[in-house]
Amino acid sequence: MLSIKDLAVGFRTRRGEVQAVRGISLELAKGETLGIVGESGSGKSVTSFALMRILDAGGSITAGEVTYSGIDLRRASEKDMRTIRGREISMIFQNPRAALNPIRKVGHQIEDVLRQHARATRGDAREKAIQALRDVRINNPEARYHAYPFELSGGMCQRIVIALALACDPRLLIADEPTTGLDITTQKAVMDLSQELIRERGMASILITHDLGLAAQYCDRLAVMKDGEIVETGPAEAVFANPQHDYTRRLVEATPRPDASVRSLLPADRRPPEIDYTPSDQPLLEVRDLRKTYAGKAGPVHAVKGISFTVNQGQSVGLVGESGCGKSTTSSMLVRLLDPTEGQILYQGNDLAQIPAEQFGKHPLRGDIQMVFQDATDSLNPRHSAGDCIAEPLRRLAGLRGKALRERVEELAELTGLPANLLSRFPHQLSGGQKARVGIARAIALDPKFLILDEPTAALDVSIQAVILNLLADLRARLGMSYLFVSHDLNVVRLLCDEVIVMQDGVIVEAGPAEQVMSAPQHPYTRALLSAAPRPPERVLVTPTLREVQSAL
Amino acid sequence: MSAPLRAVLWRILQTVPVVFGVVVISFVLTRALPGDPAVYFAGAMADEQSIEEVRVALGLDQPLWRQFFLYAGDLLQGDLGNSISTGQPVLTDLAMRLPASLELTLTALLIACAIAIPLGVLAAVRQGSWVDHLCRVLVTAGVSLPTFFTGILLIYVFYYLLGIAPSPLGRLDFIYFEPPRVTGFYLIDSLIDGDPETFFAALRQLILPATTLALFTLAPIARMTRASMLTALSSDYIRTARAAGLSGAMVLFGYAFRNALLPVVTTLGMVFSFVLGANVLVEKVFAWPGIGSYAVEALVVSDYAAIQGFVLAMALLFVFLNLVIDLSYTLIDPRIRFAAK
Repeated sequence: MLSIKDLAVGFRTRRGEVQAVRGISLELAKGETLGIVGESGSGKSVTSFALMRILDAGGSITAGEVTYSGIDLRRASEKDMRTIRGREISMIFQNPRAALNPIRKVGHQIEDVLRQHARATRGDAREKAIQALRDVRINNPEARYHAYPFELSGGMCQRIVIALALACDPRLLIADEPTTGLDITTQKAVMDLSQELIRERGMASILITHDLGLAAQYCDRLAVMKDGEIVETGPAEAVFANPQHDYTRRLVEATPRPDASVRSLLPADRRPPEIDYTPSDQPLLEVRDLRKTYAGKAGPVHAVKGISFTVNQGQSVGLVGESGCGKSTTSSMLVRLLDPTEGQILYQGNDLAQIPAEQFGKHPLRGDIQMVFQDATDSLNPRHSAGDCIAEPLRRLAGLRGKALRERVEELAELTGLPANLLSRFPHQLSGGQKARVGIARAIALDPKFLILDEPTAALDVSIQAVILNLLADLRARLGMSYLFVSHDLNVVRLLCDEVIVMQDGVIVEAGPAEQVMSAPQHPYTRALLSAAPRPPERVLVTPTLREVQSAL
Repeated sequence: MSAPLRAVLWRILQTVPVVFGVVVISFVLTRALPGDPAVYFAGAMADEQSIEEVRVALGLDQPLWRQFFLYAGDLLQGDLGNSISTGQPVLTDLAMRLPASLELTLTALLIACAIAIPLGVLAAVRQGSWVDHLCRVLVTAGVSLPTFFTGILLIYVFYYLLGIAPSPLGRLDFIYFEPPRVTGFYLIDSLIDGDPETFFAALRQLILPATTLALFTLAPIARMTRASMLTALSSDYIRTARAAGLSGAMVLFGYAFRNALLPVVTTLGMVFSFVLGANVLVEKVFAWPGIGSYAVEALVVSDYAAIQGFVLAMALLFVFLNLVIDLSYTLIDPRIRFAAK
């Protein structure tokens, strides 16, 4: 049905032509689901844009053939391509809210597509648009027809995008990271829905994703891409269970999964020895009946409704929940950037909740409680070099100057595995992993005892995530810090945490030792979270060191 | 009452403190001006006593707070006082001159928009093409040439050299009669009167000054249109629209342009305000009997009532303009309707 032969795509840039895709070949049969998996920069999205011929300015197909049902997509006229797009081949994108026109009613956007492809007339467009909404299982589609994207949740927006893509019954659906940025239960709902619709209509589909586990679960066949080339293709299960190419093996190993240990995410030849470490039973931080209420337009919003938990010295506690559950509010209160409405934050016996957030910056305990932020790019000052970023807290709070300051910065860089020659670079000259290291180095600069990690690896590729998670595990063992690890990904949390707290709607629904919560969840919400995580095919572990690692942790 | 209507009323209500502030500030500022109007109007031969008499006649011997209350009281009755230089009520002067300025400014803005917006859109769509370069040249020329210079240049070329344009002396050549006053806009009044000859005469007078101003205002509008179109065209929803096979025109106008319009409207509002202030020079060059030249003359002789009247009229105009722009936002962007509570 779709055949790609030796496709190459280049982009003209100021520094000459850059090859994004270097001669890839793919076949897709009717009714088949193909997964294209790769990390950022692998050329997986560019491939799909190229075959739809919607490349950004400067991009063009430089070589190869793309044939869809006998039509040469590379040479088809723009007019022919317009009839193919949407009617024969459709696409759904990541970041669904941005993918919809923000100032047009979603119903009208669906009508635009229907009428463009002569699937509806002025008279029946509305009815058909509502039917398209109903098809993607949207409740009360008549009312949703009049909604604007900003009034809808992310998951709902993605359903609209799917409705838009499927409105004209295309025969091929290309989904480009369709669930990145969505909550895990929403991800499952969206993936299940699109899979169901694809099956119902006998469509073929291509799923482009960085998540090998997700691709393995939903695709028949996988193609693994790296640096613009396909390194391995095969049936999903075979690729996952028995990867042939070295890169695929590394990807599979780096994907967090229930049976993995933090060390086993790294390539087998690059696993440093475990550091022996046991957290103490002395409480470091006790949270008692913490509450936060915001004044909303439609009355008060109870973001956190009275939570209590304890973090022991050197212990790592995972805080898990979906967007809106209050985990970010909680971490902001603990790091003392936000004042709680009620409750106590006892840090070594002192109630930090009594100190207003504006004054905490000058408090001697400021250095003890630090945070690693989610977005390594946004949380670094773009005009400060990496070294300046790390030096900032040392200069402000520790009062270090001159040689002492420089030595401490270099020491921190070494501790976090950041090459010293990168210290003079600016954030935009660093890779995602390097920026994450800078963020961590800055946070541990003042020897904190309690570190809050707010989804520190959410924006990273899996192989980088594996390295950063190991770095965090090692740092904890070497420096004896306590962690509060905030995340939506249970498989990541279990790798690093001794205890897990599950939050929903501002309350703790379940708490306990990580293994217990993961293997025998008590609360239905925890079970829903666990079952929503992508379930890649079983595979035999190369290194059965799980127990050793656990005892070591 | 419906929610949008309430939002609009609330927005109008918010202008009340602004207007009050303007009244106070314009009053205080005019009093702070150097120069004594009593000395000026008593004439060159006046002695101490006659100056004092003029001062009492003008009410300037009263304490400042008293003067303010008298002024505010008159204002509430719609009395802006008399201009001491023209001898007429300020309200009459403004009513005569404001339409002249507005007609000039609005025509200039219409010309500017008619050229700048399509130019900006084209420059964004064909980035790097000759249209883009033309846009850049026009924008640079527009901002770097002062209006009095372009005005004089246009007069030199079209009046003196080519002889196409009429003499740059006001709104209408002296051989024509003013159309019966309805709106104060000669173009509209002459049409209402059914007098095409006067209409074209007024239009011919208007074209050169309006073009001068338009060249000046074109630059920011074209630039903003180009920039916001580029942003809109590179956004995710445009990719979605293209991937859904929507036609080029639909993507461009239905999706990109409407989204790009918001910053353009903002710029339009700003441009309109500074043009109203900036057309003093154009009015001087073309002997246009507008509000700008009136204000400058009043300022020179410390004509308090006239200056206060001018500032107040401008302030009200700006308040009204901002209101119109805010309301047009809510028409363009649904997200604002909910924030505007």
